[in-house]
Amino acid sequence: MAKKVALLQGNQACAAGAIYAGAKFFAGYPITPSTEVAEELSIELPKVGGSFIQMEDEIAAMAAVIGGSLTGAKSITATSGPGVSLKQELIGYACIAEVPCVIINVMRGGPSTGMPTGPGQSDVMQAMWGTHGDHAAIALVPSTVQEIFTETVRAFNLAEKYRMPVQVLFDEIVGHMRERIEFPEPGELEVIDRAPVTVSPAEYKPYDATKGQVPPLAAFGSGYKFHVTGLNKAADGFPTTKAEYVDAEERRQINKVKDNADDIVKFEEYLTEDADVVIWAYGSTARSARYAVNELRKEGKKVGLFRPLTIWPFPEKRTAELAKQCKGIVVAEMNLGQMVYEVERVAKGNCVVVHEGRVDGEPINPGQIMAKVKEVL
Amino acid sequence: MAYDYEKSIRPGKLPHIWCPGCGHGIVMKGLIRAMDACGLDRTNTAIVSGIGCASRLPGYLDACTLHTAHGRAAAFATGVKMAKPSMNVICCGGDGDGTAIGGNHFIHACRRNIDMTYVVMNNFIYGMTGGQFSPCTPTGAKASTTPYGNPDPIFDISKLAIGAGATFVARTTAAHPREIDKLITMGIKHKGMAIIEVLDDCPTTYGRRNKFRSVVDMMKHLKANAVPAVAAAKMTAEQLEGKFLTGVLFQEERPEYTAQYAEVIKKAQGA
Repeated sequence: MAKKVALLQGNQACAAGAIYAGAKFFAGYPITPSTEVAEELSIELPKVGGSFIQMEDEIAAMAAVIGGSLTGAKSITATSGPGVSLKQELIGYACIAEVPCVIINVMRGGPSTGMPTGPGQSDVMQAMWGTHGDHAAIALVPSTVQEIFTETVRAFNLAEKYRMPVQVLFDEIVGHMRERIEFPEPGELEVIDRAPVTVSPAEYKPYDATKGQVPPLAAFGSGYKFHVTGLNKAADGFPTTKAEYVDAEERRQINKVKDNADDIVKFEEYLTEDADVVIWAYGSTARSARYAVNELRKEGKKVGLFRPLTIWPFPEKRTAELAKQCKGIVVAEMNLGQMVYEVERVAKGNCVVVHEGRVDGEPINPGQIMAKVKEVL
Repeated sequence: MAYDYEKSIRPGKLPHIWCPGCGHGIVMKGLIRAMDACGLDRTNTAIVSGIGCASRLPGYLDACTLHTAHGRAAAFATGVKMAKPSMNVICCGGDGDGTAIGGNHFIHACRRNIDMTYVVMNNFIYGMTGGQFSPCTPTGAKASTTPYGNPDPIFDISKLAIGAGATFVARTTAAHPREIDKLITMGIKHKGMAIIEVLDDCPTTYGRRNKFRSVVDMMKHLKANAVPAVAAAKMTAEQLEGKFLTGVLFQEERPEYTAQYAEVIKKAQGA
């Protein structure tokens, strides 16, 4: 049977991906350029017996998503720059309390109100470091409408598997672009559900590291009574200031991502085998970069593209290898220098690392990238 | 025979963090009696709080307890209730948590009339941080950040709740323990947003700065100035000066939010 296809906007594809992944709860607040995610889910969630709520503000939306997820419902919110800033404290709450949830950030320029209808890629460092305190982060950066669907599904999978918030960041260009999308059949994409609790309510401890790096999370109302807090806590979930418990919990929560980086990190390479220069780009910028690679190859120049789908944890293993085999890496992104610092960090001086940025609300075009590559070649 | 509170308290979690003379423990006992009176199944009951002394209450109770971030109890609780409408949801917290940093969530939860019971322990001060003035600190009172007396006017929490659309609003004090469980029981049984404001005492950070020589003095003050709403109807404005009304202050029937959303689901599914 032919696959179901549609011409869909990125934001709509995100909502469709959420439904495919089994999302049952959305809480949000209107903000450009992400609003269509909310609008679409307000239509689709009640159809599958889920629920949608428009909260009084961005903070409330993040709070409600965490509350909803604690009842066992796969939960999601969608926002943009100012909204993501407002949500930061509670993203940290979801980290320390280990509550799975998905946060969509359709990126616009900034800081502050910036250019609400223009694209940006300047929240990529915030996705890692926006909330205070030590914590791990997972952030995905799709480039196409199809990929927004599949990466949203993957975001839910990673959130449930690693019991933590996962952010999906795509710039306004991809969010509002309309492209052909093929809907995967049910079962075609992997859908991961929350790991079941295997002990009795009396024995259950929500942060019991003896159950593995990611202890199972029971649902409120399923027969398990337990405590959830944003305070540092011991295995039983109750607050503690005992140094050994605090240290062990902090490290476990960071290591669960670090130790599983190979499972979480995803990227795509294009003509990098013999490349003298590698363009390192993500989101809509990676589309311009691919065009630039093709044009430069026509000119006989050995240029390739490294396109991360996961930026946090940072794809450091492969980036470091590329730095050893090429002359230079051009990091192209719609900001004035963010991921380039990570690339520089892992390149360790093995190759030249330069940045091509733009923050005027216009996309980075292939010509701009080609000119920068030629400076390095 | 003494009331059996222990079955509702988590083993090993006492002593609590509250100072001697603090009224929060009286409220917690009232809440336990009310939950028992309503026959609530604690495995199906979420008790949600924000940050502050009063917000430490859920940790002591044997239920699904959620100690959230400062001010956010009502918003987290809304998520719990929306995603699982069959759960009983109770919020608790202090005056600063609920009406300053959490004011927006508080009024919108009232407006939606979502089925939960919110117990606000109003002790007129930020206790945990050492006695800074809250939106409920009386004008002129001393707090660590109002060394010359508080220039701010106050929020009347119950009036705020009524104005915002809560459909059951009641007030009592920590000096009226029997009324606490009576009103919380009514709140839990009410279908919709119930706000129970309990005027409470903080001897450590409020009392000692404001010429209350003892906890007993603070309790006497609460008793002396509480006027049942029914009695107040027959009193003059002069007689009511400096008093606060207690009992059920407002009650009405209005469609409850999750029930309304159940209708949305039916429509979406073409029923």
